[in-house]
Amino acid sequence: MPLSLCSKTSMTPLLQQAILLPAIGKPPILAPLFSHKVAAGFPSPADDYIEGRLSLDEHLISNKDATFFVRAKGNSMVGAGIFDGDLLVVDKSLTPSSGDIVIAIVDGDLTVKRLINRDGKVILKPENPRCQEIEFKEGQELQVWGVVTSAVKKFV
Amino acid sequence: MPLALIDCNNFYVSCERMFNPRLEGVPVVVLSNNDGCAVARSNEVKALGIKMGEPWFKMEKIARQHGIVALSSNYSLYGDLSARVMSILSTFSPRQEIYSIDECFLDLAGFDPKTLLAYGQTIRQAVKRNVGIPVCVGIADTKTLAKLANHCAKKGLAGRDGVCDFGQLDEQRRRTLFASLPVGEIWGVGGRITEKLLAMNITTVEELCNANLEMIRSRFSIVLARTVQELNGTPCIELEDANTPRQQIMVSRSFGSTVTALADLSESVASFTTRAAEKLRQDGSVAASLCVYVHTNPFKEDDPQYQRSLVVPLGLPTDDTSKLVHAALTGLKVIYRSGYRYKKTGVLLMGLQAKDTIQATLFDDPAEQARSDNRMRVMDAINRRMGQGSVTIAASGVRQRWAMRRERKSPNYTTEWSELPVAG
Repeated sequence: MPLSLCSKTSMTPLLQQAILLPAIGKPPILAPLFSHKVAAGFPSPADDYIEGRLSLDEHLISNKDATFFVRAKGNSMVGAGIFDGDLLVVDKSLTPSSGDIVIAIVDGDLTVKRLINRDGKVILKPENPRCQEIEFKEGQELQVWGVVTSAVKKFV
Repeated sequence: MPLALIDCNNFYVSCERMFNPRLEGVPVVVLSNNDGCAVARSNEVKALGIKMGEPWFKMEKIARQHGIVALSSNYSLYGDLSARVMSILSTFSPRQEIYSIDECFLDLAGFDPKTLLAYGQTIRQAVKRNVGIPVCVGIADTKTLAKLANHCAKKGLAGRDGVCDFGQLDEQRRRTLFASLPVGEIWGVGGRITEKLLAMNITTVEELCNANLEMIRSRFSIVLARTVQELNGTPCIELEDANTPRQQIMVSRSFGSTVTALADLSESVASFTTRAAEKLRQDGSVAASLCVYVHTNPFKEDDPQYQRSLVVPLGLPTDDTSKLVHAALTGLKVIYRSGYRYKKTGVLLMGLQAKDTIQATLFDDPAEQARSDNRMRVMDAINRRMGQGSVTIAASGVRQRWAMRRERKSPNYTTEWSELPVAG
């Protein structure tokens, strides 16, 4: 315990003016002088080689401010390895090009598909033979929300 | 010294639309805490004549007629998107002042004046592309003028494609523009000042520009005189850098329903203090004292009214949640009176100073200090990773009967793993 003996509020008025000294015969009150540890023993030989742990954030995200996470739903992209419940890492800053997996806005909903430019026609292509391609005709605007840069699965 | 004011368009509505594209083109209004009144409106809602701050119960009928979508405010979402926008904007200038959740000033001194308009476009496109939030840019020589330029950009009155640089206007066009702008559009000219100016036949920005400075100073205030100088291109309001730590930290909220019991008030005060302490540690500051206050609902005129605040000194300045909460609750017990229906409580941390500059005293206990620091570091780390409020002190309660009403809140799309947007 430090030198502050007791808080002022809990003292009687008389005691507040008195100077408190440790009673004779009682063990002395210990006041900390240095509470820092003093290093002893040998320094670790690895000290100079510690480079910090690897970070998944660093590995998966190149533009932090523009990166968002989206949850995949359904089986339309199983051919690309994206399954129901996978976590998609989406970078909004990238310019989408043909072949990219993108998050697009179709009829007010977000959808994940492969963007294909086939003979000047823009197509959102699912990676599942049971799903239909979405074609964009002249005058119809395709809105790409972001480019999917990776998918993360958890097994446990 | 040119500077830019960047302001997000209908920020809260833009945030909501980003994750819910169905709201595009639909009239959307965002309501304040407790779903009280309009704090953000889409252009469609503005066109219907619904004013900022209009209470929800007053617009409910017109809302139903026009299919207005009303949402509770989702500050976790807006806060995250705001941080992203500000981070991107900070790359465009060595000096940035974050003025509010959706606007910031950038110092553009040293840039070639002829290129500023194009630079404004670059800024605008960068925010749009990276975060998806539309912004407007106003460029001028003073803060007041930059605000006005931003207003003109937003309304399409000057400049183009959402960027307006007053430096590009020749004197004749500037004068015509200012003569067309009502004086109430000026930053810092509120309702009461506007009325007084109108009575003096000062109705437009141009007329206030030409007003006599001495007369303004004597009949109004030094503040308005400064505004007039700023309108004439003399900078009077300094740019405050973002890294100036806060002088005070305030956390307060109105209750969803009125609260009468000390136990419930205590929970809310503990919870607000916890939040304030987090902000304090983010700034690397410690507080020397704390003010706690309570008040009843002044709009319920039939209810007995009570309001009181108390400053509690903290002894040694601290950033320890448990010490701050203890002080706040001690203060609350002193000011609490039973028999009132409380509407709001708040906590204000004062006497803030940088933690690494506080003087040691004889009564310091470095070992306890180290333990406290460790405790807080662990608490902050867990809450950062697992979401705010994962670890909190027991005094904040788990029932939180006093919590806000937010019945129409969208998911926390960017801050909760369980609420991410879904793509089929």
